[in-house]
Amino acid sequence: MSDLVFNLPNEYTQQGWQSNKEARLEELRVRAKEFGTVDAKGIKPAGAPFPLASPESGYYGIPLLKQPQWNPGIPVYFFVGGAAGAAAVIGAIAHWTGRDEKIARDARLIAAIGAIVSGGFLISDLGRPARFLNMLRMFKPQSPMSMGAWVLTGFGTFSSAAATAQILADRFGFGAFRILGNMAEGFSALFGLPFSSYTGVLIGATVIPVWNHNVRTLPFHFGMSGMNAGVSVLEMMGNVSSRPLNRIGILSAAAETYEGVELELKRDPVVNEPLKHGASGWITRIGGILSGPVPLALRIAAEFSGNRRSRQLRRVAASSSIAGSLLTRVGWVQAGHASAKDWRLPLKQKEQARVQPMQSQEEFPRLRKTS
Amino acid sequence: MTTTAFLTDSTLCIGCKACEVACKEWNDIAEDGLNYTGFSYDNTGAVGHSTWRHVKFIEAAPQVGSGGNAPDQASWAFSSDVCKHCEVAGCLEACPTGAIVRTEFGGVFVQSDVCNGCSYCVVSCPFGVVQRNEADGRAFKCTFCYDRQKAGLKPACATACPTESIKFGPIEEMRVAADNRIEELHQRGMLDAQVYNPTDTSVQGLHALFITRGDPRQYNLPPQPEVPTTYLSDAWKSSALAAGVLVLGSLFAFLGSARR
Repeated sequence: MSDLVFNLPNEYTQQGWQSNKEARLEELRVRAKEFGTVDAKGIKPAGAPFPLASPESGYYGIPLLKQPQWNPGIPVYFFVGGAAGAAAVIGAIAHWTGRDEKIARDARLIAAIGAIVSGGFLISDLGRPARFLNMLRMFKPQSPMSMGAWVLTGFGTFSSAAATAQILADRFGFGAFRILGNMAEGFSALFGLPFSSYTGVLIGATVIPVWNHNVRTLPFHFGMSGMNAGVSVLEMMGNVSSRPLNRIGILSAAAETYEGVELELKRDPVVNEPLKHGASGWITRIGGILSGPVPLALRIAAEFSGNRRSRQLRRVAASSSIAGSLLTRVGWVQAGHASAKDWRLPLKQKEQARVQPMQSQEEFPRLRKTS
Repeated sequence: MTTTAFLTDSTLCIGCKACEVACKEWNDIAEDGLNYTGFSYDNTGAVGHSTWRHVKFIEAAPQVGSGGNAPDQASWAFSSDVCKHCEVAGCLEACPTGAIVRTEFGGVFVQSDVCNGCSYCVVSCPFGVVQRNEADGRAFKCTFCYDRQKAGLKPACATACPTESIKFGPIEEMRVAADNRIEELHQRGMLDAQVYNPTDTSVQGLHALFITRGDPRQYNLPPQPEVPTTYLSDAWKSSALAAGVLVLGSLFAFLGSARR
């Protein structure tokens, strides 16, 4: 009797094969003589049964789509860009309406610093950062990345011009600096508008299911998140007693609350799963709470509180909004990674197919001749 | 120049991976891991920045008429995957530098000397083909052997294929060849043989056709590939709404307050 016999997996002996008995050998001989073959299960390799490819699991569940290859700086870029763009718009409007010079001045600074920082993040993510300017050899409206590069360039140019003119005007007091600064401020606000929400378009118009599924609301969501953060950064720079700023904050926090509630109520369990479960789900949820209901309640309370109390409440609201806005971007990008890994999604036939499947006997509608 | 196309026939493929080797050697692509995925005899998993041809080994549920298989055993098919060179290509639309272009042969080509590695094409390809090589920084994918086609040669994979599973030629001829082959296979009783060429989606057809047995989804060929530009108008409308709320909200807030 060799060792091999005793090393056989239990299941073979459980089946009643007395593999270590003389009788079994006799049985094998008889069967082989009689039928020409011997029925036996053979030895199961480790890991059996092996996975199969199928219409449901695709190619062994290997993800069909590639995950985004952006580095962790990209969600920060989304956050900084959103805040800076919105701040530029708010500042310019505060200036033009003649209501608040301090907000206008602070906004120029935020916009300039934000543009430079976000430009740094974007360029550092490029595989070949030295070739950033290659983006400016094309103007391609159908590519959100191209539009973004142009908007970032325009915003960076004019916001830093506005901030520089501001500093020079303060120092030397030339009227020309003021005029140039005001013009630059106008253009900075013009570019700030798309800059605050285009990142929603950037990730919405991709093949990543969780992003393109929410493409109708994502840019608005990101825009409101940027508006929230822009207001909050302005408040953190000492504008906590500006009533209009608080009201803008109420508006954006209300919009964010609405977005959060809508997202929670959506009944599409498979596609939006990464927004509700797992790490990305938690980050998105916490981000949503911090940028939606929390600042909304605090800001409404601040509207009806005394000066000192109001300032305290608004500082808390601003911190919460900034953290929430950043977490929202991180959560959505993480959700994109989780979504790309989910092999089920691109294999799903969309319900609202543009062309009705042919009434063929086969279940797969793409069964057709090509000519 | 004539528009050319691949026709990859899984019913002829023997899984020898000559196309993978030929592609790697001709295009001088780096080795990217000598691993087994554990899924049949596949050791590359998917096409990527350094795998431009990828032979899939599809062990699927038993199929009737699946030549020679015992009825209780899984059917085993091979299929060489490649960039689909879409009629409307997501990567090409998305590329902000203009590095990705359409060649005179109808292929989609990444110009490595222009690509700045923004990796936006990666999330714009509905087939998950193009990928950024993190070591190099740029995005890579099948070139459709542009250099060889320029010289009047067939792509390396099609040349090396020993069974004519990878056919190459003018796209009209390939479409006819695909239809003829399907007819032939159907006559032989392989009623589940079909051409994969999603012409009724926004991709509007491929320059790399595939003949598969059974549902193309088990070959990881998506039933409804969409070019992401189809989402653009919805996205920009939503962005415009955000801009409107920002401007009007700020205007009302400031105009409704006292001067400071």
